[in-house]
Amino acid sequence: MSRLIASRRLASNICVSKLSARTFCNDASAKLNNVPNSSQFNKELEDEQGFTNDVPQYDIAIVGGGMVGIALASSLASMPLTKQLSIAIIDSNPALTNGASIKKDDPPDPRVSTVTPATISLFKGIGAWQYVEQHRHAYFDRMQVWDYTGFGYTRYNARDAGKDVLGCVVENKVLQKSLLSCLQASISVSAGLFFFSTLEMKTEQNKDFKKTIYSTRLSSMSLPTRSSVSAAGDLQSKSLANLAKLELSDGTNLYAKLVVGADGSKSHVRELAGIKTTGWNYSQSAVICTVEHPAENFCAWQRFLPAGPIALLPIGDNFSNIVWTMSPKEAANHKIMNEDDFVKAVNNALDFGYGPHPGSRPFSGDILPSFFRPDVTSSANEGFELPPKVTKLASHRMAFPLSLMHANQYVSRRVALIGDAAHTVHPLAGQGVNMGYGDVASLSNVIADGVAVGSDIGEVTLLKKYEADRKTANIAMMAVLDGFQKAYSVDFGPLNILRAAAFNGANVFAPLKKNIISYASGELRLPFLS
Amino acid sequence: MSRTLLSRSLYQLQNVSRSNGFFLHNSSTKFKHAVLAAFQPFLQSSRPYANSPQPAASASSVDQAELAKFAAIAESWWDAEGPFKPLHVMNPTRLTFIRSTLCRHFGKDPLSARPFEGLKFVDVGCGGGILSEPLARMGASVTGIDAVEKNIKIAQVHADLDPVASSIEYRCTTAENLVEEQQKFDAVLALEVIEHVANPDGFCKSLSALTKPDGATIISTINRSMRAYATAVVVAEYILHWLPKGTHEWSSFLTPEELVLLLQRSSISVEEMAGFAYDPLTGQWSLDDDIGVNFIAFGTKINE
Ligand SMILES: Cc1cc2nc3c(=O)[nH]c(=O)nc-3n(C[C@H](O)[C@H](O)[C@H](O)COP(=O)(O)OP(=O)(O)OC[C@H]3O[C@@H](n4cnc5c(N)ncnc54)[C@H](O)[C@@H]3O)c2cc1C
Ligand SMILES: C[S@@+](CC[C@H](N)C(=O)[O-])C[C@H]1O[C@@H](n2cnc3c(N)ncnc32)[C@H](O)[C@@H]1O
Repeated sequence: MSRLIASRRLASNICVSKLSARTFCNDASAKLNNVPNSSQFNKELEDEQGFTNDVPQYDIAIVGGGMVGIALASSLASMPLTKQLSIAIIDSNPALTNGASIKKDDPPDPRVSTVTPATISLFKGIGAWQYVEQHRHAYFDRMQVWDYTGFGYTRYNARDAGKDVLGCVVENKVLQKSLLSCLQASISVSAGLFFFSTLEMKTEQNKDFKKTIYSTRLSSMSLPTRSSVSAAGDLQSKSLANLAKLELSDGTNLYAKLVVGADGSKSHVRELAGIKTTGWNYSQSAVICTVEHPAENFCAWQRFLPAGPIALLPIGDNFSNIVWTMSPKEAANHKIMNEDDFVKAVNNALDFGYGPHPGSRPFSGDILPSFFRPDVTSSANEGFELPPKVTKLASHRMAFPLSLMHANQYVSRRVALIGDAAHTVHPLAGQGVNMGYGDVASLSNVIADGVAVGSDIGEVTLLKKYEADRKTANIAMMAVLDGFQKAYSVDFGPLNILRAAAFNGANVFAPLKKNIISYASGELRLPFLS
Repeated sequence: MSRTLLSRSLYQLQNVSRSNGFFLHNSSTKFKHAVLAAFQPFLQSSRPYANSPQPAASASSVDQAELAKFAAIAESWWDAEGPFKPLHVMNPTRLTFIRSTLCRHFGKDPLSARPFEGLKFVDVGCGGGILSEPLARMGASVTGIDAVEKNIKIAQVHADLDPVASSIEYRCTTAENLVEEQQKFDAVLALEVIEHVANPDGFCKSLSALTKPDGATIISTINRSMRAYATAVVVAEYILHWLPKGTHEWSSFLTPEELVLLLQRSSISVEEMAGFAYDPLTGQWSLDDDIGVNFIAFGTKINE
């Protein structure tokens, strides 16, 4: 039943938005009253001669309403030039439409992201950061990285880069919910009812503003080609043939000028657009969970172990998040071992396990070139500290395989990929979702620029500007992360010494450190070219 | 055009730019020849100056030989990599200029997606509609005219692919004919056309006659500058071998000064001018204060 209402409302949306442009819409609204059920509605969509103008048409269809896809919708809705765009969001994830609120007292979800200052400013621009701040989140201003050889460690302090914070850890569901709240905040009260499968949102300023969520999945997509356009008969079918056509798994069809693939690393949009990828699996997995400790934690800790890094990230109150990289077999083991043993293993990995603590002072530099010797800024000489002792497991444990993947193109005619659909990285530096948010900021600006000069927003020459903007930045970041990953997954004595030296170098070489912080916080695009 | 006239108009132009505080950042000019090269299809073909005597001011602006060139490549209007590539690549840049000058002139919100809603524009020499379509998406009700029937057909077929663009009224006609029909528009645009018409003077008068009182006129063209000359001199010298004596105009390209003067005489006062700069590294164009090669002018109708 709710499907039917959705369809009818949808048709009326389309009609209202098209009335100004085309007069034949009157036919459509007459037709609308005769739509008896959804199956007939859909049959009519396929009717060649018939009322093809009943088929929903959008400026943009965003496939995938994850943290990145929703951010694009909210970002477009927040900018004056793009707020009037009609947007369909397609995702069967019930969290998008069930309106369930997040309880502040629940223990934190194990799926969290470390967001950088660049991402925070995107959220502030959208107006979503205020919602994040109403939920659990943890800013941190310190970071300690060390390794199991006992040879080196480094501490970063936000002060060194003249900043208040290095980043903020937020649950993924909070990021998503905050962006969604932002979209919903713009529903005017007069818009009235709230449908579960279709949310129609209107701003006070602009009645045409229209965002619709389809609680279903993309099943296939056809893109316009020269021959499909010329084969189309009448005017109307020609203009439809010039758009991307999406078929959804509930049988709905819709058309869009631009399809944005925000559907994650196994992107269906990417596949349907014929965009190839480059990448490999690391034959490593990450185990993630929430843990509890006796006092609140304000530092991000990361220790490199023979099989990969373990990170302890603050998530507010006495909780931290664990991201522990290891072999798939070990990961399976750590996922099912009893809780006490797991807590012991975590404490061991963050303390004396696999090797000694680094010396009480940062490495003093006999074998290092003189310019690596400690300079005497106090922050550069912070002593090594031990992370808080974990007392309890506070969530279920999840294990997932790690891989690196990069799409060879980000765009083609009427298609753009963002977030994990365009690039998947090792979660090592918590950069995954931040790269996606960089994509969102860039693509929304490119679309706004296109709207400003009257471009067709699905035109490949316009979309190429987004690709040019993001590809270099993302590839540089991926190369760095992959390099890191490789350096730390090989256990060769000399290499270990080198990387320990590098740590010490980073710790004592203040300008370099400043660069590393800027880069890790998303401000510097190309750390090695600048 | 005499030297004194030219220098006077130069003086005027400087005044104009000063009074409008129109200063753009100076960027590299060394790549300007690339711009010119991009326009080679238009530059190289010889113009039949010898055969067509200077027409009277009221005569048609149509230059048949020029039109034949466009008709021959009409199919490629929408091929972004074809002969019209320079127009495609330059489009966002010139539309940025149009957007900012016309929003200011008509008091429209520059942050609106359709700032030109409610305004009537005519795109004279619209070709395949490369400019008309974005103008329609920006809310204007657009009439596109071109002297070449084939261009109008291509423009219509392409516009039909987009419901918003299909609102454009395309007609195969000339500015002079619209003047006869007593049509009036809020803004009259003729981009990269004036260098192809038979009598620029009469053409400007027609553009002016189509502009409503308090309306705006926008013209872009290639400068007949030393830099343009340097590239074209080979052609000119070759041509000079067979051009009859007394043919002293090797090109009908206008300098910015001449254009300002022509428009002034047609009751249009040029208020802003910008050049286009090409960056070969990014392949993008940007607005520039160097009007040495390609330039665009915004003028308003002087009400008598
Ligand atoms: C366990 C884990 C921990 C991570 N930790 C961090 C971290 O600490 N910091 C960090 O920055 N990054 C981290 N990452 C990476 C980060 O989660 C991803 O970069 C981020 O989720 C990408 O968001 P996305 O919206 O692009 O894709 P996803 O989050 O994968 O969302 C894709 C969405 O598309 C939908 N979808 C898929 N197919 C279809 C279809 N056919 N039709 C309709 N909808 C479809 C899905 O339902 C989903 O909602 C982690 C990743 C994982 C898996
Ligand atoms: C270089 S194209 C410019 C097209 C378009 N204005 C643009 O900038 O995208 C010049 C166009 O002017 C047209 N043209 C030339 N002389 C004309 C005239 N006297 N009247 C109308 N159109 C003319 C040509 O047919 C051609 O389409």
